[in-house]
Amino acid sequence: MSSSVLLLALLALMAVAYYAGVKRAVSAAGGPAGIKHLHSLPGYYGFYAALWAGLPALLLLGLWASLQDNFVLSLVMAQMSPDLVSGLSDGQLSLLVSDIQNLARGNIVAGEVTPAIQAAAADYGRLQDLATLALWVLALASGLGGLTLAWLRIAPTLRARNRVEGVVRVILVVFSSIAILTTLGILLSVVFESLLFFQKVSVIEFFFGAEWSPQIALRKDQVGASGAFGAVPLFAGTLMVTLIAMLIAVPIGLMAAIYLSEYASSQVRSWAKPILEVLAGIPTVVYGFFAALTVAPLIRDLGEGLGLDVSSESALAAGLVMGIMIIPFVSSLSDDVINAVPQSMRDGSYALGATQSETMRRVIFPAALPGIVGGVLLAVSRAIGETMIVVMAAGMSANLTWNPLESVTTVTVQIVALLTGDQEFDSPKTLAAFALGLALFLVTLILNVIALHIVRKYREQYE
Amino acid sequence: MNAIAEDITRMTGAMTADDLAPLRDFSGTVGDFTSPQARMVCRNVDVHYGDKHAIKNVSLDIGRNEVVAMIGPSGCGKSTFLRCLNRMNDTVPGCRVRGRITLDGQDIYDKQQDVVPLRAQVGMVFQKPNPFPKSIYENVAYGPRIHGLTNDKIELDALVETSLRKAGLWDEVKDRLQQPGTGLSGGQQQRLCIARTIAVSPEVILMDEPCSALDPIATARIEELIDELREQYSIAIVTHSMQQAARVSQRTAYFHLGDLVEVGETSQIFTNPSHKLTEDYITGRFG
Repeated sequence: MSSSVLLLALLALMAVAYYAGVKRAVSAAGGPAGIKHLHSLPGYYGFYAALWAGLPALLLLGLWASLQDNFVLSLVMAQMSPDLVSGLSDGQLSLLVSDIQNLARGNIVAGEVTPAIQAAAADYGRLQDLATLALWVLALASGLGGLTLAWLRIAPTLRARNRVEGVVRVILVVFSSIAILTTLGILLSVVFESLLFFQKVSVIEFFFGAEWSPQIALRKDQVGASGAFGAVPLFAGTLMVTLIAMLIAVPIGLMAAIYLSEYASSQVRSWAKPILEVLAGIPTVVYGFFAALTVAPLIRDLGEGLGLDVSSESALAAGLVMGIMIIPFVSSLSDDVINAVPQSMRDGSYALGATQSETMRRVIFPAALPGIVGGVLLAVSRAIGETMIVVMAAGMSANLTWNPLESVTTVTVQIVALLTGDQEFDSPKTLAAFALGLALFLVTLILNVIALHIVRKYREQYE
Repeated sequence: MNAIAEDITRMTGAMTADDLAPLRDFSGTVGDFTSPQARMVCRNVDVHYGDKHAIKNVSLDIGRNEVVAMIGPSGCGKSTFLRCLNRMNDTVPGCRVRGRITLDGQDIYDKQQDVVPLRAQVGMVFQKPNPFPKSIYENVAYGPRIHGLTNDKIELDALVETSLRKAGLWDEVKDRLQQPGTGLSGGQQQRLCIARTIAVSPEVILMDEPCSALDPIATARIEELIDELREQYSIAIVTHSMQQAARVSQRTAYFHLGDLVEVGETSQIFTNPSHKLTEDYITGRFG
């Protein structure tokens, strides 16, 4: 029987325990009239009993589910004759294990089925069944035991509310640490892979080298695969695309925010704001082909009309479309910040005879500026990390150029290029993606920290 | 009732000189709402917020060199009335003002009247001190700058200093003019707001419960200041504190549910009110 059935059984037990706890508490208090003599409301006694019935059993279930397989396997492998196991490499051993597992579960087996493997599989199946049975017995015993214990302890003086709230607090802490630990885990995995990369390629070359050509020769005689890892053209390309995006997004977003928050009537705002925010909901891949199929040819035709040499994938096209994508971020964040400037500032300015635009320019905007800067920095970090648009519209060639009409490549594009297709996971080419990811992560992290710091400082101003 | 009828007759007589539209009945207002040296003249002012009739047929003068206190229970419309005087209600959606309000004979709700010079002439100080998040100097210089009152830095410096001196703040801030105005104490901030208002040389200053967010010492300081400012400006002050009204004002107007119930010399209102509602409010029977 699967553990999901056990899970359901435990939940049912918890429900029973809840009602039993409530009933017990009420009767201990001498009927509904005596509830005021209880330390906590009857519901807390119910939760108290349910937690006792369910929590230890659930913990046991979780622990068991994560350890059972390995434990059973180690028992099975220990029983196998040594001559069958000895002399096998790690890879071969894991193949053998998966053969046994597949056989026991009735799946198709890759290798040849020998009697020894057959026996091991039977062994495995038997032990698994035994372990599952043991789990059922232990979990239900602990559930019923917990229920009994809670039942016995429930008395009017029991501080059930404090106990339950304590447990809830622990649960909340656990869940919030999951998010933090995940971030930490991602960071550590990127750092360790990057360290492997920097053992093969020097840090100096990576951060200051001007040539990027990550193809590595698989054979000695392969041509055109030099394996140069100078990331400067990537950083320059990212910077240029981001710069173009911000040149589009900041003025447009800011003006839109000023109009919507200060000038627009509430009717206009009620439909204009959602429409603007729809821009943020468009999938970036859609922006990507809009950039590649519509904007880039448009720019090329326009450039050719002016007698300029425009490549069909240009930094300008990618930057323009990315700027459009970022507009709602800038406008929405600025709008919030402008609205957060207290009405009393506006009143004070109007009462001195200032017009709406004077009030905006001289009072509201300066007051909101730190928050707006924070919002813009968040938008920058978003632009730096943006991938789909640049993959489709900016190009792959690592040109080190200041000409926005040429094709450039960005950090994110190269990470995609390095990791798509069949790869060796220990070649510098693949590991370079992690180093690029680390660089990207650090830059956006720094930007976010600065932005949050500025935004927080700004909030204090009116408190 | 006789007394009221007499009052109305007398007032109507006084009114002809003002060349005003024919008067409606002055509902129940007891006492003389005119001022011998009227700066602002309000006649038959009605204010509606959507369906709510917030001010009902109120007439009141604000005279030269006097402080008029407006008192009354919460929601009686005294702040609304005050905000009509510099058209701050314009920004409130659904707010309609009828009647006639003049400043030195000029109708402030006239189509020709621009609110920008009006608000320079009729300044306002708010309940909660609201200095701009700028330096002390810039707070005071803001008004003169937007109205182009000074020609150069020297004049502006002088104007800032005079304004701060008049607001009684100069000695406390003269060494830190470039520091943010928001860093001052509550009472200092409120005096900074008064200095900011004075800097555009208004004729009338409206104060909407200027001391309600301040401690007693800061309040006493502001009250002294109001008394000094009376020399140069006409002042209308809304207050919840009857003691404050008694201390700072020459005339007091008692509002009740949108009606102006009684107006009179402050001493008379507080010692010998004519209207039952005024008496009940002043003796603390409600409010």
